[in-house]
Formats: sequence, structure tokens, C-alpha cells
Amino acid sequence: MATPFSATPKVQSVVMRGIVKRFPGVVANDHVDFDVHQGEVHALLGENGAGKSTLMKILYGLYQPDEGEIQVNGRPVTFASPLDAIRCGIGMVHQHFMLVETLTVAENVALGLPSSRGFVTDLERVAARLRALGEQYGLPVDPHARVWQLSVGQQQRVEILKVLYRGASLLILDEPTAVLTPQEVEDLFRVIRQMVGRGHSVVFISHKLHEVLSISDRITVLRDGRKVGTVRAAATNKAELARWMVGREVTFRPEKAPVTPGPVRLAVEDVHARSDRGTPALVGVSLAVRGGEIVGLAGVSGNGQRELAEVIAGLRPPTQGRVRLLGRDVTAWPADARADLGLAYIPEERMRDGVILPFSVAENFILRDHFKPPFARRGILQPQAILAHSQALIRAYQIKTPGPETPVQHLSGGNIQKVVLARELARAPQVIVAAQPTRGLDIGATEYVHAQLLQQRAAGAAVLLISEDLDEILALADRIAVIYEGRIMDVLPAAEADPQRLGLLMAGVARATG
Amino acid sequence: MGDWGHILLGVLASGIRLATPYLYAGIGETLGQRSGVLNLGVEGQMLLGAFAAFYVTYRTGNVLGGLLAAALVGLLMGLAMAFVSVNLQAEQGISGIGFYLFGLGLSDLLFQKLLGTVDSVRGVPDAVIPGLSDLPVLGELLFRHNWMVYGAYALVPLAWFVLNKTPWGLMIKAAGENPHAADSLGVSVARVRYATVTLGGVLSAIGGASLSVGLLKIFQQNMTSGLGFIAVALVYFGGWRPVGVLLGALLFSLVNALQLWVQVLGLPIPADFAVMAPYVLTIVVLVIVVQRARPPAALARPFERE
Ligand SMILES: Nc1ncnc2c1ncn2[C@@H]1O[C@H](COP(=O)(O)OP(=O)(O)O)[C@@H](O)[C@H]1O
Ligand SMILES: [Mg+2]
Repeated sequence: MATPFSATPKVQSVVMRGIVKRFPGVVANDHVDFDVHQGEVHALLGENGAGKSTLMKILYGLYQPDEGEIQVNGRPVTFASPLDAIRCGIGMVHQHFMLVETLTVAENVALGLPSSRGFVTDLERVAARLRALGEQYGLPVDPHARVWQLSVGQQQRVEILKVLYRGASLLILDEPTAVLTPQEVEDLFRVIRQMVGRGHSVVFISHKLHEVLSISDRITVLRDGRKVGTVRAAATNKAELARWMVGREVTFRPEKAPVTPGPVRLAVEDVHARSDRGTPALVGVSLAVRGGEIVGLAGVSGNGQRELAEVIAGLRPPTQGRVRLLGRDVTAWPADARADLGLAYIPEERMRDGVILPFSVAENFILRDHFKPPFARRGILQPQAILAHSQALIRAYQIKTPGPETPVQHLSGGNIQKVVLARELARAPQVIVAAQPTRGLDIGATEYVHAQLLQQRAAGAAVLLISEDLDEILALADRIAVIYEGRIMDVLPAAEADPQRLGLLMAGVARATG
Repeated sequence: MGDWGHILLGVLASGIRLATPYLYAGIGETLGQRSGVLNLGVEGQMLLGAFAAFYVTYRTGNVLGGLLAAALVGLLMGLAMAFVSVNLQAEQGISGIGFYLFGLGLSDLLFQKLLGTVDSVRGVPDAVIPGLSDLPVLGELLFRHNWMVYGAYALVPLAWFVLNKTPWGLMIKAAGENPHAADSLGVSVARVRYATVTLGGVLSAIGGASLSVGLLKIFQQNMTSGLGFIAVALVYFGGWRPVGVLLGALLFSLVNALQLWVQVLGLPIPADFAVMAPYVLTIVVLVIVVQRARPPAALARPFERE
């Protein structure tokens, strides 16, 4: 069965030389050299904002470089659009999936391709070829399923198939493991090895060191838009790579002082709730967090974590069950009353739910307390009090901002998160719900957030840490609960948890006994 | 058949006829919205199309020429809307209202400068289908309309086919649901949106012409009187599907035909209430239906490569 691209020649080598890409205010790529040859996995490693995606979007024709040149199989090329890159045998799976959820798998694959039947789509042929490709590479998927019905792992398969279908022999995978369970990561690695075995090449983008070390042949590290170096994976180690990424020594395990847990501060009892779509999102969740304890809630995104956080924060009414804060039944309380009782909430969507982007840093600091003294008296805001408070927080939390008056939207992701943390933690909370608090943050900001959470734990707060990052949960939590399809699969003491066991629970396959 | 039978038949036949302008405009708008562009200027495009068709037909006696003129005007209006929404990435609701006011004012001005008085033309001829038109009941109901009526109904399966069975349909839907996905596969979102919005302009203008030289054979200032906005509402009503638009257009124009007859027959219902009926109905049905259907995810969002 021929596709329009079956004649695409194999990519033997790609060389990018002296690539420069500037965006307003940043140099995303600063004279970067990068090369891939046939049959290798070349990892691109770097912190958020290091310029990894930008470099690969240039190779895929989505961005045009300001300087530098690209050669494919020894010949210089310019890619005006992804179409040109696809024609050269280059395909990219993006960090955020590029799928049309309302269309079927086959339709997503056929999108933009001419049909063998001219004016009419040839989806049956596409489906047949997809099945064949799926078998070849160990990527089974139902061609007629609608994308929104698929799990994240399956959607990723569709993305890879989409690229293979177009005849790509160089695959760029941009942070492909960020959304996967540990088992799915293993599956992906198997697929990658399969592809490389067939003479394909893979650019594997990640900021997770152990993944990069286990899958790649060579590793290139970017920092602040510059290339730090390229090494063979066999000739390096975690510590060196981390130093290259961050530019200083990194401690992997945050210091965790022993704390004797106090009384239960947060209790969720048999909570049921619906998702935004109206489907059941939580089905009988019970969980308790003691003072001086961090309970990690692990799970693949979309299994009810968001709804649970919102139920506790008072932003989503449960259809059944109770929420207790400091022993009081707050199920019917509004969010602000819960906050006043001592609940801090660090929402998952910090840009949407954590701050008001066009508001200044100072205004965001007093979102919860703007009507209370000392920030307001007799209904009038008190600028001096607000300013003093803001300056104190900016200093204490080392927030990089031109000033308290700067709109939050001009800050980097890490600093926006610090604004949220500062506001919530400055109120000396007794219970903290932190949802994905380090998602999208780099190692430096992550270390800072971790330190803050541990400090709150030491101060006796009860912390519920919701995270998809198992490493984070293993590093911080005293106990680990795993959520799957709105149920708590199990709660394990941290000492008994390992990624393998958690991964199985996260996939909902095994209910650990005993 | 008794008097009431004839009246019922008349109501149904004119309901079927009256759906014509809604279908042209509504199908055009459906294509545009499926690709992610909300064009609220439909009414203005219809008015200019109605005027162009009428004026050229009036001056030359050639109704085909009139329709071509309408199509050309619609093309230009569509291109302008596409330029504003795709290249300038303007807020589409506001710019649509701008195009509406532009079409309203310009058609009015041209009418006063070039014609001045209301006159009539022979317009698009009826196409009485031989044989079929003699069928009892069905003949009068379905086969004694002018050509533009048939054209409007033919658009429905055509649009369905394009959206669901062709590579272009995939591109249109992708541009409206996730333009980044389309872009990443080398599909030009700009080109797709230009095509649908321009085609939408042409169809809206033809829809206007179907009113001036098709159904009524006259031109009047603001003769569409909100019809274009109803057409936009019908797209929501129809859940962004051509068949849904068809059902909405039929329902709306049947109620409209009914209220016209209520007035003609002098039934004891205040005329104002009768006139209101189709609009009230639209609002009620919209409230019920729109809660179920989901608009294209990227509707009214300008596309930019981050
Ligand atoms: N389209 C864009 N416009 C402006 N700035 C951008 C754009 N894309 C990326 N950047 C900036 O370029 C830098 C590198 O970003 P990116 O390549 O996405 O990093 P990475 O993928 O390594 O996390 C960041 O500072 C980011 O804010
Ligand atoms: Mg990136």
C-alpha cells in the first residue's frame, strides 16, 4: 500500500549549525549546533525555557531561524513550513498533542494528505495502513475511535503513527514522557528501540535525567538557549548532566527532617463529585492528612485529582460525602470561609485559577484579604500597607519582578508560582492543598517550592501534595495515595513505595494487598 | 380538499420557499464557523447581495447577470472579512457587526442614489418540474418553486458531503477545532479560513439575492430585517451541521409562514404577537438546543503560531 510519502528517502544525517532564534526579549537559541545520524537516539536535555522546543520547531519548519543553517543528508535545506520538513522525512510529536479531538484516529492521520480517491476521503485505506503500521511498530490503536475517547498514552501512539504514516524516518519527540505512567514510558521506549532498529533516528526531548540516560545514545544539553555540550550516554552520569543543565551542583533529595504527625487536620469522607462534563469524577474518596505530614496523591492526570482539590478548596460541590478541616465539617462552607479557617490552596492551573494575570504582583498578593485590615479600612484600600506587605513577600520569597506594581503576566512561570505560594503560605495555613505545584518549573524553582512545602510540614501543617511526578512524590511524601478513575487505589507509607508498585496502581491494574 | 386544506398547503409551500435565504446564508456561515471564523456580518453581505442582484437585473433584464453581481459582491465582502479575521486577527464579533453596518448603510445609500423608488423585476423564473409538479399535494408543495429554492436545498447535502466525505472537510474541521494540529501537518489554516469565509460571503450574498430577485422581486431598504442574524442563530441551532441548519430554517420559516397567514386571514391574534412568534420560538429552541451542541473549539479565535 503506497502513501504519497512512501518515496521519502531515509534521513541519514541532519546537521544544524550556528542556529540563532530570537523572540522579543529572549534569545531562545544562541548559536546552537546539533546533529543526528541514522539509527541513533539523540536526547536534547535542558530546563524549561532552555530552548529545546524552539530548536526542534526550527528543524520541523514551524519557526524560521534568524541565523544558522540546516543540512539533511549533506545538502543544505530551508524549511518554510512543516510540509517541507515532512517531505524530507522529518516528523515531530509535540509536547502538547496536536490532535483534533472530535475527529477519528484515521481522520487525524489523513488530515492534510491528498486522498487516493481524489475528491473523496479514503479513510478505509488509511485505517488499513494504520493497522499495518501499528503492528509493525507495536503501536496498536483503533483507527475508527474518536481521539477524545482515547487515553493520553493512546493519543501519543496516534501522534507517532501520524508521523510514521507520513514516511518520517527522523522522529522528534518533544517531552513525550511528561504525560505517561512509568509502564507507558517503558512501552514508549520499546517503540523507540524498534524504530531505531529499523534505521530510523529519534530526537528525544526531556528534562528527566534517568530517562535520558536509559534511552539515548548521545545527549546534548542546552541551558539558557546555549549548547553546553554533547556526550555519549555511556560516558556520563546524572550529576554531571544536572550540573550542565542547572549550571551548579544539585541535590536530588531535599532535606527532610523527621516530624511526628499530629492530629488529623484534613479529612475527606466518601466524597463523590462530577467532572465539568457531568461524568462521575470522584466515586467514594476517603483520605486523611495529619498535621506535620505530607500525603502525596499520585495518579495519571485526569483521574479525579483536579476535582478532589476543588472539592477540598470549596470550588466544587460534592454530590455526596463530607470534607472536614481541623475537625469541623466544612462541606457546605464557601471557599473563602475555608481559607479563613486555615486552608491554603495552590491550584493546578496557576495561570487561570491562581492569579489574575493582568493584575499587579501586589494586587495578587491581597486577593484573599483585600477587604480586611490592614489592606482596607472602611472599604478603602490602603496602598502603604499593601506596598509594605508586597515588598516583604517579594523579598522573603525571592520573587524576580521589576516591582510590586508589575502585572503578574510579565513574570516567568516559576515566579508566578512563587507569587501564589507567597500569598497562600503567608497566611500561616494549617492545611495546604498543593496541586501540581512544580509542573512546568525548572530545577531551581522546583527546589524552592519543595523546600517551602517541607518547611510548612515542619511547622505542623497538613499537606496534600497532588502530583503526576512520581519522583516529586517519592521525595516529599510521608504517605502516598494513588488515585485511579476517581477511586483511591491504595495508601502506602513512603518507605514501602517504589515507582514500579505505584505505576501499577496508577494504571489501575493491581490493587496491592497487605 | 377543503379551504383549510388549501391554506395548510399554502402555509407549507411558502414555508419551504421562505427557508431559501436562511439556507444560503446559514450553510455559508456553517462552513465558516466550522473552520473557526464567526462572521456576524452575514446580514450586511445579504443586503449588498440583494441590492447588487436587483440592480443589475433591473438595469439589464438579465437575472443571471444579477446573480453574478451578487456573487462578486459577496466574494469581495467575504475576502474583506477573511482579511480582517485571518490577517489582522481582529475580534470577530465586533468586526462582523462593522461589516453588517457597512452593508446596511451602503445598500441603503446605493438604493437611494441609483434607484430611489421601489420597483419590481421579473426575477428568477419558477421552475415547474414537468410531471412531478402535477402530483397532488406534493406537486404544489415541492415542485413549483423558483430555481433558487432548489439551489438552496441542494446546498445541504453538498455541504454535508464536503464536511464529512472529503479531504477539504477534514481540513475545515481541523482548522476550527485545533488549528495548531492542522498547522503542524502543513495545512494552511489561513488558506482554509479564507476559502470558507469567502465562500460564506458569496453564499450570503446569493441568499440576499434569493430574497430580492428570487422570492419578492423587489428591493427595499433593510429588506432582510434581521434575517442574516437569524441565519447565524440557526447555525448554533443546527449544532454546526448542515442538516441541523436545514431543520432550523424550515421550522423558523414555517412558523413565519403561519404567522403571515394568521395575519392575512385576520384571525383574532394581535399582529405583533404573530410577528414575534418565530423569534420567540428561535430563542426558546436555542436555549434548549445549544446547551447540547458544542461549538468548534477554536471558533472566533484568531490563529497564530504561538
Ligand atoms: N513563540 C514564542 N514567542 C516568544 N517567546 C518564545 C516563543 N517560544 C519560546 N519562547 C521563549 O524562548 C525560550 C525557549 O523556549 P522553549 O524552546 O519552549 O524552551 P524548552 O522547550 O526548552 O522548555 C523561553 O524563554 C520561551 O519563553
Ligand atoms: Mg519545550
